[in-house]
Amino acid sequence: MSDLVWIFIGALLINNFVLSYFLGLCPFLGVSGRIETAVRLGLATVFVMLITAVCAWFLNTYILVHAPYLRLISFIVVIASTVQFVEMAIKKLSPALFRSLGIFLPLITTNCAILGLAIFATNRNYGLLESVVFALGAGGGFMLALVLMAGLREETELSDVPALMRGTALNLILAGILSLAFMGFAGLFGSH
Amino acid sequence: MSRDGQNRRAYQELVKGLWRENPVFVQVLGMCPMLAVSNSAINALTMGLATFTVLLSSSLMVSSLRNLIPRQVRISCYIIVIATFVTVIDFVLLALVPDVHKELGAFIPLIVANCMILGRQEAFAAKHPVGLAAADAAGMGGGFALALFGLGGFREVLGSGSLFGVSLFGAHFEPWVIMLLPPGGFISLGLLLLVLNWVRSRRTQRSEDLVTAQGNPSR
Repeated sequence: MSDLVWIFIGALLINNFVLSYFLGLCPFLGVSGRIETAVRLGLATVFVMLITAVCAWFLNTYILVHAPYLRLISFIVVIASTVQFVEMAIKKLSPALFRSLGIFLPLITTNCAILGLAIFATNRNYGLLESVVFALGAGGGFMLALVLMAGLREETELSDVPALMRGTALNLILAGILSLAFMGFAGLFGSH
Repeated sequence: MSRDGQNRRAYQELVKGLWRENPVFVQVLGMCPMLAVSNSAINALTMGLATFTVLLSSSLMVSSLRNLIPRQVRISCYIIVIATFVTVIDFVLLALVPDVHKELGAFIPLIVANCMILGRQEAFAAKHPVGLAAADAAGMGGGFALALFGLGGFREVLGSGSLFGVSLFGAHFEPWVIMLLPPGGFISLGLLLLVLNWVRSRRTQRSEDLVTAQGNPSR
């Protein structure tokens, strides 16, 4: 049980996917303009991560044992088809949610945090339950970073920033400071 | 188009990726590997070369198959082509430089999700003949590798006082460890972009000054 808690907290805060593994930076820098969209994209990403983690576990346990060199190709195919499937399901079940997510849904395919999740879970030999908890932690961490960044960016829009600094340069430096703050979590649970 | 014109066109496609449309500094694509593996010059160089090779071979493949791939499933086809070449590179690096491979870890398979590579297939290779696609891929891949190597060297010099593991400043140098850690990656790339913005604005400023200076006497 404590192992599961450790996996969750580790992926959520200590080894945050965005701020310490540099995964999923494209949506992190691209879609963090508004808190509202950041929350929606975060939720959709958590959902895709959960399905990917379960599928990756099934593939690893039953199929890829016989052909490990196909791992990367089969993972990316699973992710692409999951995103497609989620897109169709949401469109059918809740058209309102589908409209509000818009272009962000298909873009999840090229989010390297999701492929990274599948690869990390494989490398660490996680079981089914561990994979699911890991996916929840990583997805939650992604969403947390995205929402924090969106909050910071909404603030800087109102402040007096030199024109030269505006845009990506400022966002990267903000992300650096956020990442510094997250390093503080490394001391959590001391012994690890 | 004449032979000479074709060569000039290919040359233009090649150089645009190196500076004017540099994938990292101008288009801000492929940031994840850019920041994750730029903590030392050798890691950055290996990653840059691996990405370059994957981009070049995928562009060649996609460009030569461009009339066979159906439009509806094109993205999946590109992804599978890219994933195949990444798998090949993964095994090649494992065989040639096992130490660096171990250090790069999950970031070699993650080349698949580098949006710069998929972007070039969709934006260029799928619409142009093989020669031009190769020139474009070489330029973009080269630009990416140069940027990655530049940032990697910068962070290694500041963070551990060495380059390619060779100590530069002697024993008294106090390493700036934060540059090797994740926050250093974000901050140093931010500063690099800031300097490039400054250089670019200076250049446009100067050319505008030149235009007004030339324009005045005639008026």
